[in-house]
Amino acid sequence: MNVRALRRHAGSVARFLLLLFLVTVAVFLLLEMIPGDPVDAILPADASPEQIAAARQLYGLDDPLYERYLSWIGGVLQGDLGRSFQTGVGVAETIAERAPVSLELALLAMLVALAISVPVAVWSAYRPGGLLDRAATFVTSATLATPAFVLGIVLVYVFGVQLGVLPILGWTPFSEDPVEHVHRLVLPVLTLAAGECVLFTRLLKGDMMATLQQDHVLSARARGLPTWRILVRHALRQSSFSLVTVSGVVIGRLIGGTVLVEAIFSLPGMGTMVITAIHSRDYVVVQAMVLLSAAVYLLMNTLVDLTYPLLDPRVRKVRTS
Amino acid sequence: MTELVQDRPVTAPAAPASVADIKPVRRKRRDVGAVFGAAWIALVVLAAIFADVLPLPDPNAVTNAFSAPPGGAHLLGTDAIGRDVLSRIVHGARISMAVAIGATSIAMVIGVTLGMVAGYFRGAADSAIGIAVNFMLSFPPLIFLIAMVTALQPGLVTLVVALALLGVPNFARVARANTIAFADREFVTAAKALGARPIRILTRELLVNVMLPVMSLALVVMATLVVAEGSLSFLGVGVPPPAPSWGGMLAAGRESLREHPLLVLIPALFFFLTVFAFNRLGDWARGRVGRESSI
Amino acid sequence: MSIGARPRAGAVDATAETAPARLLEVRDLRVWFETPRGHVRAVDGVDLTLRRGETLGVVGESGSGKSVLSRAIMKILAPNARVLPGSHIRLDDVDLATVNPRRNRHLWGVDLAMVFQDPMTSLTPVLPVGKQLTETLRYHLKLSRQAARDEAVRLLRLVGIPEPEKRFHQYPHNLSGGMRQRVTIALAICCQPRLLIADEPTTALDVTVQHQILNLLGDLREKSEMSMILITHDLGVVAGRTDTIAVMYAGRIVETAPTRRLFARMRHPYTRALIDAIPKVSLPSHTRLASIPGRPPVVIDPPPGCRFAPRCPSAQERCLAETPALEPDPAAPEHSSACFFPLGTPSGDAARARNIAAGVSAAGTPVAAEVTV
Repeated sequence: MNVRALRRHAGSVARFLLLLFLVTVAVFLLLEMIPGDPVDAILPADASPEQIAAARQLYGLDDPLYERYLSWIGGVLQGDLGRSFQTGVGVAETIAERAPVSLELALLAMLVALAISVPVAVWSAYRPGGLLDRAATFVTSATLATPAFVLGIVLVYVFGVQLGVLPILGWTPFSEDPVEHVHRLVLPVLTLAAGECVLFTRLLKGDMMATLQQDHVLSARARGLPTWRILVRHALRQSSFSLVTVSGVVIGRLIGGTVLVEAIFSLPGMGTMVITAIHSRDYVVVQAMVLLSAAVYLLMNTLVDLTYPLLDPRVRKVRTS
Repeated sequence: MTELVQDRPVTAPAAPASVADIKPVRRKRRDVGAVFGAAWIALVVLAAIFADVLPLPDPNAVTNAFSAPPGGAHLLGTDAIGRDVLSRIVHGARISMAVAIGATSIAMVIGVTLGMVAGYFRGAADSAIGIAVNFMLSFPPLIFLIAMVTALQPGLVTLVVALALLGVPNFARVARANTIAFADREFVTAAKALGARPIRILTRELLVNVMLPVMSLALVVMATLVVAEGSLSFLGVGVPPPAPSWGGMLAAGRESLREHPLLVLIPALFFFLTVFAFNRLGDWARGRVGRESSI
Repeated sequence: MSIGARPRAGAVDATAETAPARLLEVRDLRVWFETPRGHVRAVDGVDLTLRRGETLGVVGESGSGKSVLSRAIMKILAPNARVLPGSHIRLDDVDLATVNPRRNRHLWGVDLAMVFQDPMTSLTPVLPVGKQLTETLRYHLKLSRQAARDEAVRLLRLVGIPEPEKRFHQYPHNLSGGMRQRVTIALAICCQPRLLIADEPTTALDVTVQHQILNLLGDLREKSEMSMILITHDLGVVAGRTDTIAVMYAGRIVETAPTRRLFARMRHPYTRALIDAIPKVSLPSHTRLASIPGRPPVVIDPPPGCRFAPRCPSAQERCLAETPALEPDPAAPEHSSACFFPLGTPSGDAARARNIAAGVSAAGTPVAAEVTV
């Protein structure tokens, strides 16, 4: 790597750190904005003034703002995300418990979306106007108009109620019953994957169609190479970079989408945790979740920015020239 | 050596009869989708505006007819506690539309201002606004909304403010890109040469040109905000009950999905048609305006 | 002269059975494109024959249909192209127009090969150069990995690329334009094609590199019995490097002849105009560059008459009403032209003189006095 590339990377990292800092400040201030005294949530309604004062002292609520920020962020960096007002349990622990569910959901949705959209997009680009293309366009338009939560419920109705094929809600850990586990994952994963499928298919198809017009594809055809080979090695490889650029946005949508899907299917993930926390005014939990998801989102986007040049050899050359 | 076909007539033969084998060229069709989209949106907006005047029962009036099927006094049936579904749909539309249009307008005003300032003056202003916009984009959308709702407490005003903030970065980006593109053109240079002040250039010359792609974007943003509001209402942190909202109706209807699926399917259908309409309109607008209107 | 071609002694009966084998025969090829404006007749009745070891130059402006011709032979036309029934393209025994590419996977790339115009875009950017070569070799010739690699390196060396082992692993953007074109040529000849079509192989390159590439093609042509079709808009390129030349205009061949004869005794006014348009060092400075007024037509619903008539300095009334067919010259059967008033004939010279005197052709184009070179 030469100087110019290093500078570019340093710039990305610096921007990441700056934004991360701003995010933590904003999230910290989040709690400050909530009307009412925080102690009201902790102590019973008939607490005496001394108890209130003591509690304020204990939680450092009378300290200046920046001191409270520093102690909070210090705790966060050590893994302490506070204690839930409701349960008293450490938020970090609860998150650790529930994270696997949400992560599994999100990852599977991403994989399923790719597994469906890539072949469909490639074939549609190769045979535009053909049967698959027209069917895919129709389905895509319909799905695009269907918000995730609407889709989820409709799927529940069709498959769960009418056809009775799949379970509607609840979760079975993999360790308990692998088959049932997968069974219960089908609808949630499909619901979550649907939106991303649409995005990937449209993007990839457009990119592939442009690539297929290019001379090097024509040249490969003139050499008599088999179609699938041309589509995959000569066209798809090049077009796949556009999917990477959009992966940052996709991750953000997946994070939000997981919340909705968990709510619909009553899955014990981080999403349902947050919703319950809002309703029960367990703000510490909400704050921790917002911080975590924003930090992860920011990190993923920065990583995408940094790794994109590594994937595309042409960009690599341009950057290092 | 190239050879020739012998016995060719002096005049070349006329076009072969095989022309008939060639399929005729297709003509462009009218954009049916966009027409439908405009019609549906107009219908929904009109119904929302005139909700009070329409002969509908009070959306919050509880009756004895629980979960009644469509027909008779209740055109679309009633929900679990006897409230008229059609009336709730119409009044819910009013709230959804008001929130979406209100939030989009606010987002447009703020976003376009920020974008144009950043695009015209560049330098420090651009950097500062860039950081601010990137900051807003650092949050996954739904998480951002959840955070705002938590901080400001659930309510209509919160909803509008939060949704507006969500939309600001989109408008800012498009406004900035278009401002930069137009700022190089001759008519701006001419205005500068005539001694026009920046504010005049921005409002007189550039704003008109920037607004075109921005309006096209507004349609897409509105669709997004309708869905966002629906999501929040579905989760119970959007429009506060008992005010009707499509998302809330969807959530409530879940409980009786088996026995009374219509309570879910009707709001679902309305969501679908409305977002579909916005999308088609947005596509049409984008086709007319050009590529600069994409995010 | 290429190795393997018959010596041209005396009058030759072009259809003699003892002539060298005809490799490629194109008969009445018509390629029409479906567009919103109608059917664009890119190639509208082309006849060609190519012998083994022969090099044919196809010359024409942009839009003459020369590229479409090559793509029709290679079967890489755009989706909206229609090769009309009645078109024949025969390579030895196979009718390329009707054959199913899937059943004849080892025809294209092996017997037929093509070199494209722009080396920047005709190589896949995301695959190393060597991989693109071995891919073709392994698919068509079923070579093992190692054998393919060795052969690829040998080919790179053959086309004049220094340090071929190193270049094998590099990407196209690491190479210069000239080297990329050499790689493209290597790709084309790797399976020893019987016919190589080069579509403007040097247009996108620097002048010095052009010379090298053309020499390379000439070398390859001499070392093997490979036939070649060299497509270009530049008469200078084909001047010393082809056996025969065919001049195309508006989807048709308007003149064809052995190279020397074409330059010495051109018949068709368009050919003459093309040659006149080449700037010559021998002319005094500030001589106006001769150009052909107007632009080549996009042929959609052609009116009757010769297609060059609107721009032709020799145009007469007849040219606007009737369409001339490609006719051999009675004195020299291998030279044909599609013109009612060919240059060098009494009627043709008279027609030209009439127009110069009137200052305008029958089509209304202004005609200036001739510049004799």
